[in-house]
Amino acid sequence: MILVWPIAIPMITAILTLLLRNRGGANAVSLLGAVALLFSGLALLQAVLSGGPISAQMGGWEAPFGITLFADILSAAMVVIAGIVGVAVIVYSQFDVTDDERRVGFHPLSHALLLGVCGAFLTGDIFNLYVWFEVMLIASFGLLVIGGRRDQIDAAVKYVGLNLVATLAFLTGVGILYGAAGTLNMADLHLVLAERQSETAVLASAALLLFAFGAKAAMFPVFAWLPASYHTPAFATSALFAALLTKVGVYALLRVFTVVYDGGGGFVQPILLIGAVLTMVIGVLGAAAQNDVRRILSFHIISQIGYMVLGLALFTPLAIIGAIFYLFHHIIVKANLFFVAGLIKLKAGSEELNKIGGLLKASPFLAVLFLIPALSLAGIPPLSGFWAKFIIVQATLEAQDWWVALAALAVGLITLFSMTKIWLAAFWKDHPDPDHDLAQAMPRTMIGPIAVLAVMTVIIGLGAGPLYAVAEEAAVTLLDPLAYVEVVLGPEVAETARAERAALQLAEVVE
Amino acid sequence: MEIVIAALVGFLVAGGAYLMMSGQLIRFLFGLVLLSNAANLGIFAAGRMTYATPPFVPEGSTEAVAGAANALPQALILTAIVIGFGLLAFALALAFRAWQSLGTVEMDAMRACEPLDPPKTVPAPSAPRLEAAE
Repeated sequence: MILVWPIAIPMITAILTLLLRNRGGANAVSLLGAVALLFSGLALLQAVLSGGPISAQMGGWEAPFGITLFADILSAAMVVIAGIVGVAVIVYSQFDVTDDERRVGFHPLSHALLLGVCGAFLTGDIFNLYVWFEVMLIASFGLLVIGGRRDQIDAAVKYVGLNLVATLAFLTGVGILYGAAGTLNMADLHLVLAERQSETAVLASAALLLFAFGAKAAMFPVFAWLPASYHTPAFATSALFAALLTKVGVYALLRVFTVVYDGGGGFVQPILLIGAVLTMVIGVLGAAAQNDVRRILSFHIISQIGYMVLGLALFTPLAIIGAIFYLFHHIIVKANLFFVAGLIKLKAGSEELNKIGGLLKASPFLAVLFLIPALSLAGIPPLSGFWAKFIIVQATLEAQDWWVALAALAVGLITLFSMTKIWLAAFWKDHPDPDHDLAQAMPRTMIGPIAVLAVMTVIIGLGAGPLYAVAEEAAVTLLDPLAYVEVVLGPEVAETARAERAALQLAEVVE
Repeated sequence: MEIVIAALVGFLVAGGAYLMMSGQLIRFLFGLVLLSNAANLGIFAAGRMTYATPPFVPEGSTEAVAGAANALPQALILTAIVIGFGLLAFALALAFRAWQSLGTVEMDAMRACEPLDPPKTVPAPSAPRLEAAE
């Protein structure tokens, strides 16, 4: 039952806020729903940390026939972080989102998005994963267009078009996979496909899913939808998207390409490796060419996705742990930077770097709150981003991929350049319009979430050891898929598979 | 039968890809429709096409009749059709709204979110005025 709450709570909240529309209680219900989601996530994480991964079969249909829900430390922690972002976004939206946007459904759509995200984190069935992706997608479509501005509609066209193509690739891949394996349960797929990774149908489905998840995660070369759309909606919505949407793609890559497919072998690994490096480099170069706070930050999402995918591509235990650590850190930092962008716009009147300035003198507190996530993103010790990059680079060095390590370090440097660019333009230099009033008060609902997330960034940085230990345990089911099988299909099945594999290995050694 | 379906899927994907690359929003949507039908037919074919009896469970038994068809692909396609219908309806409404507010459906002319004008250079940062520090 504990597995169902993170899905049930956003669903109930979405329905309630839809019924309440713009009446007085809608904001309170929405906030309450987000807080409840956070607590259900914490309860789940607590259960998983103390008792190991858990699974549940929906509707009483035995696995592998019914829909399986599964939670290990990775899924539970992702749900917790989604809850944190949810609460922060709903609080921040109190000031940032207009009444019109609220009336046409900001709250229901936000919770529907959280529903899709949490569902994707918790499902153990690949077709169900497709359905959660769709839930997330349609909610994000809605959130993009509720403002109704010209540029928002244009952005939505690009976002919708490219994401629908990715979705169809996902669906086709699942269809081919089902044709090849006859099952959709991920644990069962692992057993069925263990010896059949090089069959044409399996490879074709792997390629389609790689394309679909890559597009969702905004990997090179299928990232164009992200910088076209993330700078147009309300800041709260941008932060929600920036924090969660691409990360669901990365999570799906991590899960599916360790449990269902062998991500460390065949054609997948080189594609992931080259794709990850190009994603890092192109993203950061794109950011360097931009002149608008949120567009710079959008390109940096792409660049950072490269680091996470790089962790999967290297496929060593340390690299997978690094990818998970990166995932945890990045969601917090990125949401925070988009929140800060909202305050920059509020106080300085624009997002374009040549139209703003003077914020350091006007509000040193905001400057500090910008510096924490910005320096963390660039990987400056002792903030969270330093440890995330450190683990990934360490993994590349251990794998002796020198040029990849070089690229990762160089990208970090250019990230610092971009952050400095925003710092110089928005905070350091004077406002180009001397008559502009920078004294605009910062609403508590906006500064509060920023401060809390900044403190979390510092805590993750200073307490990197314990979080590393959590990431290490979270990697267990990724590194040993039979541990996943054991939870879903029972210990006997996993034991048999283990014994069979040991016998096969022994036979190979004897030969 | 599989051959016919496979050829049909290939034909639909080719047509869909052609329409999607034409650079016009409405044709792009028609391309998506073709592609989504190709995906559905692909799942249908992947579920094996046999002359089989309907997958009913006789009363008092817990197993389907012998030689029953596989019901799962149909269930998957049904889900996919419903989702696809919703998404395409949204996309069509969005295209109409885009035509209303942007005045065009030519993809190359739709630059409202990413204007083409050359990036303005950021003026060199001036040092903060010294009197502020004093």
